[in-house]
Amino acid sequence: MAERIGVYVCHCGSNIAGMVDVEAVRRWVGENLEDVVVSKANRFLCSSPGQGMIEDDIKDEGLTRVVVAACSPHLHETTFRRACANARLNPYLMQMANIREHASWVTSRRDEATMKAIALISAAVERVKCQQPLQPSSVDVNPQTLVVGGGIAGVQATLELADAGYRVFLLEREPSIGGHMAQFDKTFPTLDCAACILTPRMSEVGQHENVTLLTYSELESVSGSVGSFHVTIRKKARSVNEETCTGCGYCEDKCPRKVLDTEFEAGMGYRKAIYTSFPQAVPKVPVVDRDSCIWFERGKCGACMKLCPTGSIDFEQQDQTIELDVGNIILATGYSTFDARRMPQYGYGRLANVFTSLEFERMCNAAGPTGGKILLRDGRTQPKSVAIVHCVGSRDKNYNHYCSNICCMSALKFGHLAIEKTGAEVFSFYIDMRPNFKDYEEFYQRLLEEGMSFVRGKVAEVTDASRLPGEQGKLIVQCEDTLLGRQRRIPVDMVVLMSALEPREDSKEVGLKCGISCSMAGWFTERHPKLDPVATMTDGIFIAGACQGPKDIPASVSQGAAAAARVQSMITRGTVAIEPIVATIHEENCSGCRVCNGLCPFSAIEFDADQQVSRVVAALCKGCGTCVAACPAQAISGAHFDNDQIMAEIKGILWDARRPETAGAAEEQSHD
Amino acid sequence: MKYALYPGCSLDNSSVAYAMSLEAVAGNLGLEFETIDDWNCCGATEYHTIDKLAAHAVIARNLALVDEHLDQVVAPCSACYLNLKKTDRVMTEHPDLGLQVNRALAAGELSYEAGRLNIRHILDVLYHDVGEQAIREHVTQPLRGLRVAPYYGCVVVRPYDDLDNAEYPSRLDELLGWLGAEVVDYPVKAHCCGGHMAQVSEEQAFELIRRLLSSADEYDADVIACLCPMCQLNLDAYQDRVNSRYHTRFDLPVLFFTQLVGLALGLDRSALGIGKEIVTAEPVLDSRIIGMGDAAPEA
Amino acid sequence: MNAVAQRNEFRDQVISATPGGERLLDCIQCGTCGGSCPNGPDMESTPRRLFALIAAGERERVLHSNTMWHCVSCYLCTSRCPQKIPITDVMYTLKRMSAAEEGGTESDGASLARSFAGYVDRYGRSFEFGLASRFYLTHKPSSLLRMGPLGLSMFHKGRMSLTPSRIRQIRQLRAIIDKAKELGRNGEGQS
Repeated sequence: MAERIGVYVCHCGSNIAGMVDVEAVRRWVGENLEDVVVSKANRFLCSSPGQGMIEDDIKDEGLTRVVVAACSPHLHETTFRRACANARLNPYLMQMANIREHASWVTSRRDEATMKAIALISAAVERVKCQQPLQPSSVDVNPQTLVVGGGIAGVQATLELADAGYRVFLLEREPSIGGHMAQFDKTFPTLDCAACILTPRMSEVGQHENVTLLTYSELESVSGSVGSFHVTIRKKARSVNEETCTGCGYCEDKCPRKVLDTEFEAGMGYRKAIYTSFPQAVPKVPVVDRDSCIWFERGKCGACMKLCPTGSIDFEQQDQTIELDVGNIILATGYSTFDARRMPQYGYGRLANVFTSLEFERMCNAAGPTGGKILLRDGRTQPKSVAIVHCVGSRDKNYNHYCSNICCMSALKFGHLAIEKTGAEVFSFYIDMRPNFKDYEEFYQRLLEEGMSFVRGKVAEVTDASRLPGEQGKLIVQCEDTLLGRQRRIPVDMVVLMSALEPREDSKEVGLKCGISCSMAGWFTERHPKLDPVATMTDGIFIAGACQGPKDIPASVSQGAAAAARVQSMITRGTVAIEPIVATIHEENCSGCRVCNGLCPFSAIEFDADQQVSRVVAALCKGCGTCVAACPAQAISGAHFDNDQIMAEIKGILWDARRPETAGAAEEQSHD
Repeated sequence: MKYALYPGCSLDNSSVAYAMSLEAVAGNLGLEFETIDDWNCCGATEYHTIDKLAAHAVIARNLALVDEHLDQVVAPCSACYLNLKKTDRVMTEHPDLGLQVNRALAAGELSYEAGRLNIRHILDVLYHDVGEQAIREHVTQPLRGLRVAPYYGCVVVRPYDDLDNAEYPSRLDELLGWLGAEVVDYPVKAHCCGGHMAQVSEEQAFELIRRLLSSADEYDADVIACLCPMCQLNLDAYQDRVNSRYHTRFDLPVLFFTQLVGLALGLDRSALGIGKEIVTAEPVLDSRIIGMGDAAPEA
Repeated sequence: MNAVAQRNEFRDQVISATPGGERLLDCIQCGTCGGSCPNGPDMESTPRRLFALIAAGERERVLHSNTMWHCVSCYLCTSRCPQKIPITDVMYTLKRMSAAEEGGTESDGASLARSFAGYVDRYGRSFEFGLASRFYLTHKPSSLLRMGPLGLSMFHKGRMSLTPSRIRQIRQLRAIIDKAKELGRNGEGQS
């Protein structure tokens, strides 16, 4: 029985109609294409009346197939599929012809656009006749969630989900949650104490009945797909029994071995071999750094073990492997900072009183290595003048092209703290001032009023080679003051470098484990930068916070909450639909050569060793067609993209190609 | 390994000491240099100021003249090194320009295939090809803590930083260490000596020279080690004029680093061109008993 | 004056005459070049400001400025520029344009360069003594007195020849140079 096809041509305002002769196309389609029983045009098919028209026609005209000639399927395929479904027509019996992006928008010639539109619709009509009704399948969503990274974004996401009543596993690499925010003194623009606003959240996480905290742990592997991921975690040995430890801190007190703390204190202070990162650590359970511990070095000491009131020290403790099943994963792994030694012209590492931003933060922190005092490296002297250098490693094609987003505001904050604590002259050396969020411009205004100086010019070098009077014994910041158009040398006591934010060193590996990719700059790739910044191209894997790109605390918190909301919606729906556009391996034809296994970009093909055949895991399959093309036995078919459909589409495009007989005659004629 | 040597005009004239010490050191260390036959001036910074294509063509003639069996070109002069390397790179990265250069060369029945040659500074060869172990083994008279300020100048590390860090290089520092010298780490070791500015604008050039001398002096250097004829000339020949203008009293001998290498290898002072420098190095070498050969008292 | 925005031909010329010159469009006026330049304080316009002038199409002012003539080719600017603009090479382009143009800066630098190149054209080698003596004679005769003792010293130490060296195949070199100049005149040799 012949199909009854309805073709709908959209004007899309003037987007299509401005170039394509829509009326001519509509008429031609109705008159020339076989099995087309309805051919209509509409100004905006995606509108309610537009969709309503399609739905009514399906019912009234008994349409068995629908072709919509309009914009890109990226935008409205779902819309028109839904319209068909509403009218009880299987949504996969609808095909779109993109006559906007592929015709109207790629030429300035009306005749060309119209001819191409005709070809595209003809192709769609031929194809849709071969299409099969398909049913999406669905999988259950495991209501447990894994959050990787216990910084502010991860903590936010965790609390949102836990408060909603769902179990969350919070995985953190360091001994304590808190991330970089725990290292800060104050936060801009409110000048809230970072710890004061963060630690209540951390406590909540630590005590929440729905949260399982896995600190000092690493993500080893991830398998499965949205709704049912299987995760392997390595819980590193703390050498302390978490069950019995009360967090009294006696061990840390008595430990005789002191080492430089390059993590939390950014190399500015010391910690013990058995330590908690900071006083408000969650969990409060210490960790033995086996690389520095005397016991592990030569079997001596053991003071902590002997003195622990609950006998919680366990040097025999081994790493533990934990297997988890979760429905969704949120990556909130944060950022690293640029190594300023890569720019020798700024003297970091060579000139004592050049500091990085993290080092300066630790100095300002009341619980930090200098008790909150801003001092030169001698640990005694207050600086009388401070230079803050913007864009160190950012906005620089020699290092990182991007802007690190937070440094301008951080510089203002540092300026404020320096002025408040020391009364020093503070200079900011900037290219552009970027206070770009709520109340940020006002904070800039505040610093102007506090008397901070601003010099517009990227610092060329920081040197101790004096040249002019007043420079002896100082650090000289040399730049061009571009607003004056003159080179300036400004002698100061202390220089603070606003180092770029960089992706974590292993972000690429972590991304690969979860099946997501990183951008050229190394940040995790979001599904859409404007409309979907917390989702990724892999369903069930979400990203939040600085790991998606440099950002401040409010933005990180927002993303953490957004990711949690997305996960919650999956959990409350309970199931997730798997697109039926997947490959199927016809096992009777499969020889077990396994060529397809390695080619699948989504690791969606399993091999059954007993049966010696490969099988597609529909939940992971994205229908890309690689295996279909590669199979030497042609044993794989791709739903909705089978050979008949593709050949039909080609036949449709070539509607006006010469037939062999006439081509032969034309050739004969030309020889005369 | 045999190297094609591009001496550069200065080595015959202002920097004859560089040529002498290079030959002596190469002989001692077994480095084989073959001077490019009938090489011409690289044009320094001046030819590029007049005509870009002609400047590249003038330089490329030298590259075209390198024996086809050799692919390593060594230039002792930093400016020559830069010019040769730049022309080769520009011809590779901008094929249109490369084509034009070859068209010009064709008028002289020559051609050069961009990228064929590896153009290197003599510091690179001594540091990488000879290397620490070999040099230490050949040192017979370590420089007994002579305080040497290594002076890199500009173009050996900029714009091409494959040899060493563009801002704070260290290869020459290390090499001097292998000779037993006490290396002075001072902040302006890769700042500019002014190049040809000394002839064009004394005020500016002398200020740049003064800064370098001042810093090396502040850090108590006994001698400055250069790797470029222009730098050596500026720091040495104009030291007196700098002193007059700024009322300073610098008395810092400026030698080529190859002269210091030669001294540590136990070679004869006169063979190394010691004595050609305007600010004499004899007193400081004498006081450290360096390069006195048989006349040296027992240390 | 035409209020409609016009094509900045001057900037186009500077760009096409410099290998990699299109990166001049990327200048964000950060000032790293002006801040790094050892002679920055002596220039009428720092390199950065010169680029702003180029972007504004101010041909006369640029070609009359002393900026490029104070460039010592130290490459600090090029090495540090966050947009990787080949700044030193742009300076060479401006020197060439200025030297070639009537009404460009007639500076000592241009004249020194012409003399130097003249010796290369004539002998295939540079001739320091000739260059120095001619230059001081024509431009700074009073300096000759001060430079005299140094010259004598250099001569005595065998560091300065009074006669020029010559390459053997000077005709070959001249043919190459002539061809290159001809190609340059025909607008070739632009990258």
